[in-house]
Amino acid sequence: MNPTENKTSCDRELNDSLRVPLLALFGGAAVWLVVGLVLGLIAGIKFHAPEFLGGCPLMTYGRVAPAANDAILYGFCIPAALGVMLWILARLSRQPLALPLVPVVAANLWHLGVFIGTAGILLGASTGHTWLEYPRAASVILFAAFLLIAVSAAATFGWRSEKSLYPSHWFLFAALLWFPWIYSTANLLLNSNQVPRGVVQPIIGWWFANNLVFVWLALVGVGIAFYFLPKIAGRPLASSGYALFGFLTLTFFGTWCGIPQGAPVPAWLPTLSSVAAALTLVPLLAILIVTAKTVCGARVSCMGGSFCYIKFGMMSFIVSGILYVSAACPQYSRILDYTWFGAAQTQLQLLGFAAMILFGAIYELLPSVMGKPLPLPKFAKAHFFLTMIGVLLFVVPLVIAGVVQGEKLADPSIAFADANSAALKFLRVSTTGQLLVLLGAILFAANIFIMTIQWKLGIAKTVIAYLKSPLETLEVKP
Amino acid sequence: MKTGVSVFIAAFVALGASWCGFVLAPVLQLGGAKQTVVLQSTDNWPLQRIGEATLGLQVYRAYGCAACHSEQVRQTGAAFEVTLTSLGVQKPSDFVDFTKSLFVLPELADYTNAIATSLNGWKGGLPKTLLTCTDKDIATEMADRLKAVGVKSETGIIATGADIARGWGSRLSVAADYLYDQPVQLGSLRAGPDLANIGVRAPDANWQLQHLYAPKSVTPTSTMPSFKFLFEVRKIGATPSPDALNLPKEFAAADGYEIVPKPEAKQLAAYLLSLKANVPLYEAPFTPAAK
Repeated sequence: MNPTENKTSCDRELNDSLRVPLLALFGGAAVWLVVGLVLGLIAGIKFHAPEFLGGCPLMTYGRVAPAANDAILYGFCIPAALGVMLWILARLSRQPLALPLVPVVAANLWHLGVFIGTAGILLGASTGHTWLEYPRAASVILFAAFLLIAVSAAATFGWRSEKSLYPSHWFLFAALLWFPWIYSTANLLLNSNQVPRGVVQPIIGWWFANNLVFVWLALVGVGIAFYFLPKIAGRPLASSGYALFGFLTLTFFGTWCGIPQGAPVPAWLPTLSSVAAALTLVPLLAILIVTAKTVCGARVSCMGGSFCYIKFGMMSFIVSGILYVSAACPQYSRILDYTWFGAAQTQLQLLGFAAMILFGAIYELLPSVMGKPLPLPKFAKAHFFLTMIGVLLFVVPLVIAGVVQGEKLADPSIAFADANSAALKFLRVSTTGQLLVLLGAILFAANIFIMTIQWKLGIAKTVIAYLKSPLETLEVKP
Repeated sequence: MKTGVSVFIAAFVALGASWCGFVLAPVLQLGGAKQTVVLQSTDNWPLQRIGEATLGLQVYRAYGCAACHSEQVRQTGAAFEVTLTSLGVQKPSDFVDFTKSLFVLPELADYTNAIATSLNGWKGGLPKTLLTCTDKDIATEMADRLKAVGVKSETGIIATGADIARGWGSRLSVAADYLYDQPVQLGSLRAGPDLANIGVRAPDANWQLQHLYAPKSVTPTSTMPSFKFLFEVRKIGATPSPDALNLPKEFAAADGYEIVPKPEAKQLAAYLLSLKANVPLYEAPFTPAAK
């Protein structure tokens, strides 16, 4: 048999199996991204005009801001990452997606869960724990949906015909294990009827938030980047050894970060967390080395293409990691705790790192899954520049605002209102950045939706053509 | 990492270790925490919130107040002070002379000016703070020397740090303070001031309600949005409501109308008034100001 022919037929089968699940995951994700960024923009505007939408209890800052963050993380980052993960696992297994209907159901369940969660927060049913605001009904749905997708992913892996493991496998697998564990722990302990007393709640909350926003996003983001960077650059991943070292140190050290230094908890907790944060520089360095060696000198002209997205994402990952580690350093945390610095790091992690890598991956894989090029390739390019500039304008002023605000708050001779207004100046620029990111997200959503509509029209045409075609007459053989 | 099983084991061990450390261990260590005793007293701490304040915590949660307000006072250290309570048989002038004789001590070198200024023109009124902002050794030394000449003194502890200097509290917040909070809302950003002791700073329910309705009417520089939807504007009936807010003219309702807090607003105000962490504890000692 001709090997190339075999490969294309296998590719077609693989893409056919992934089309519906991925469209279901990405379509909803694009909607939630836009919703999250709009909510974020509303939250941002409230700092310039406190009375903006002030008469509406649904739109208080304390509801809109967590709803925005959760919509971006749970609504966009997680389902989009799961979609890309399914595609990578199927490709690496050289098999079509196993149980392709399961992720379709799961994707719809997931987006339903995010809808219930967002509505819950806006209506005041938030649990009050950061990154775990979604009420119980939403959490149960999200958990079930994740398990369904994990089953499909694991089955695809289990029935693989290519036996050897690739570095992306490690990261993506760990991510599949990570989320159900941390999400069930946090929800069973904090979102149940028997909640532990006192500061145990924020300790578990910090553990969960760190493992979700820092470790889980790092696992999927780096796993995805380690698949696409070598693929686009047309050369192997620079060093599997460093990649393995980065994976092990990230999972072993990174998971202990996250407890703020000044927290009102037994001192061993923040101390341990601070040591772990310093050690987390090791995986950051290892991942930086692998990325740089793979990318540098690659002859890819990418003006706003997927390569650019993923490179920018990896740079953001390193910077966001360094910000995270520095905030865990006791000297700095005294200044940086309770300022905008934390928000800046979170937004860089979510938008600069995770979302950028996911955009790049989706633009790269969607044409092959759909069997046709992107309907609006210029939008995809513009999206890159809008998001890059937007993220920089969003995050850099927030970092500066955090430092300025922190230093002023540390000096009791400066009135609180002055410390606050010093930060507000930077927030103006930040809000502009948010707007640019939102514009980019709309371009992204446009590409996804036009592609989905074209595909649906295509199906409709086939069906109509089939219905209109004259019935085949059976020739009765004598 | 050749097989899926080895990846699974590595990830399982890594996450399992941190789960044991940051979930299991804190539950074992603190999950059974009970009330503690206030320092130099038999009172228990903290007290469980009752009535409207309990509901108010849920209003605080539902509106996400913790997005802008922290509930934690941080402390950088502690300073000691020595306060005279009785001069015994000594006359004030003799005591001043005695104090001046101590100025040759090398450890007091940094404090002589301050002591001299504070004693300048002192007529013998008690209690009198002799030494402030010092460390424990010097305070003990001073107290010992005073005791030797028959002068009674008290050594006090004052928490230090920017949060304390801003008047946000008299000591750092500790785990015990949050025992009955459900959920515990420490916050992560100070876009507004810390509220761990707002019930001490602003103990008037009417002030709290007015501040919720129109923050700028009490703090002109405030960036807090008003929570007008927690209030009802209604026509004054036969008798004005006793709950109606007493607002300055530019914030008040039109003539013939009054602004009355809804139950949610009252609950939230009750919760804010319940926010007090102002008693000395073993792990957070300080000397309360004399009443």
